[in-house]
Amino acid sequence: MDDNAIVCRCSDLTVKDVRNLIAKGFTTFDELKRISRIGMGPCQGRTCAQLVLRELSIATGKQISELKPGTYRPPVKGIKLGAICECSTGGEVHD
Amino acid sequence: MIKTADVVIIGGGISGCAIAYNLLKKGVKDVVVIEKAYLASGATGRCGAGIRQQWGTEMNCRISKLSSDFFENANEELDYDGDIEFKQGGYLIVSSTEKEHEQFKKNVTLQNSLGIQSKLLNLDEAREIVPFLNTEGLISATFHQKDGHLNPFHTTQAFANAAKRLGAHIYTYTEVMDIIVEGGRIVGVKTNKGDISTNIVVNAAGGYSQLIGNMVGLELPVFSERHQILVTEPVEPVLGPMVMSFSLNLYCQQVPHGSIIMGRGDEGEPRDLRITSGWHFLEEMTKTITKVLPPLKDVRLLRQWAGLYNMTPDRQPIYGPVDEVEGFYLAIGYSGHGFMFGPATGLLMAESILGEETTLPIDMLHLNRFKKGELIFEPSVV
Ligand SMILES: Cc1cc2nc3c(=O)[nH]c(=O)nc-3n(C[C@H](O)[C@H](O)[C@H](O)COP(=O)(O)OP(=O)(O)OC[C@H]3O[C@@H](n4cnc5c(N)ncnc54)[C@H](O)[C@@H]3O)c2cc1C
Ligand code: FES
Repeated sequence: MDDNAIVCRCSDLTVKDVRNLIAKGFTTFDELKRISRIGMGPCQGRTCAQLVLRELSIATGKQISELKPGTYRPPVKGIKLGAICECSTGGEVHD
Repeated sequence: MIKTADVVIIGGGISGCAIAYNLLKKGVKDVVVIEKAYLASGATGRCGAGIRQQWGTEMNCRISKLSSDFFENANEELDYDGDIEFKQGGYLIVSSTEKEHEQFKKNVTLQNSLGIQSKLLNLDEAREIVPFLNTEGLISATFHQKDGHLNPFHTTQAFANAAKRLGAHIYTYTEVMDIIVEGGRIVGVKTNKGDISTNIVVNAAGGYSQLIGNMVGLELPVFSERHQILVTEPVEPVLGPMVMSFSLNLYCQQVPHGSIIMGRGDEGEPRDLRITSGWHFLEEMTKTITKVLPPLKDVRLLRQWAGLYNMTPDRQPIYGPVDEVEGFYLAIGYSGHGFMFGPATGLLMAESILGEETTLPIDMLHLNRFKKGELIFEPSVV
């Protein structure tokens, strides 16, 4: 992939950014995520996680299946805070 | 892995990394940090990372002021190639009971006497700082502009990088399995990657500190408690300060990146090492926050997660050596506010280990205060 290709659209990181971080020693998905916010955007890494794992696999020589993706944290899709408490008080949920 | 070390620190959070940096800066040679996962994988990387100087005891005011002053110059002092993202948007702490309001008056007097420029505000003044604050049910507020927020990963990394440049040996994905004590004295640690001989071990293991205590035969008077937190999608800057309330049990802050982070304690939390996310927290949190800061109704929740508070009976940390085992030091039990103490922890613990006079007195934070019944009363904790 081209150095300037975007890996993570949500948090604005290019292939080059990711490679630089891996070279600095952040060699797991969890560490990359925490230092750079990659995979922490509104899509929660659904768009970029595979690309990041691919780069990690190339750099570490490990199979993608051996690498741990980050923890998928609730919720699956962004919900308005107001909708959560309306829902819990029995109100209607709308978006 | 090296075979012999002057000091072995267990835990690669803010405490462990800051202690290592200070020891090396003072000229100790072989300093080892052992972290079972990655740096800041414990409470440090899960915390709100809010820092305040608005405390109710002289000791806490001084420890937090020392730390905050350090954070102001930390990028330079630690020669960090990134940014620790220190935002000093202030803390607006609101009161909702008469008793709390009375306490706030005392706190501000104390803080001002120690050089902390906090102010007591009426509700109109509070609304000048946060215009959409719903003041219904509130009485007053205090504000201190120099309080704020940092990026906990970068802050920990900055200490770790500086320590490494001074020669620290930091082993991640390495777990301490046991500590060897002979004749009441520390002689080494066993890890899953090899053994290290040492006469000094520092327990900076956060929520796991009691397990490390057991390794030297101590039952430490601490327990761990899950605390949950959530973050919203990034939005335009709307919230300058951290908004916090002890009586309403909440804190809420917008980070420079735009996301809003909020948390609260839960009375019924189990005392174990669980860190899964729960629905009950989400319900209580959103109900409380949308009452105090109504426009947040329309902001979207992005993620929730949890971490461990390491709690002591008086909710104050335990610093220093222990009487029972020679060479065993504690930097534990922060009870939910150990991130903001990080720089002070590093300095004071290094001084204590080297037998130097400590910059601030820490004798009252010694483990034996619980045996002596000399607990510390801090009125201002969440
Ligand atoms: C939700 C939440 C919000 C918080 N908000 C704030 C806040 O706004 N401001 C504030 O100041 N504080 C806050 N805190 C508290 C703060 O996070 C902690 O007090 C602080 O991070 C403690 O740092 P530490 O380095 O002592 O411990 P930790 O960061 O927990 O580090 C301990 C490390 O030890 C490692 N470890 C444990 N056992 C072993 C072993 N056997 N071998 C090797 N390694 C081991 C762990 O993996 C861990 O990384 C919050 C905490 C939580 C959970
Ligand atoms: S593209 Fe990376 S988090 Fe959305």
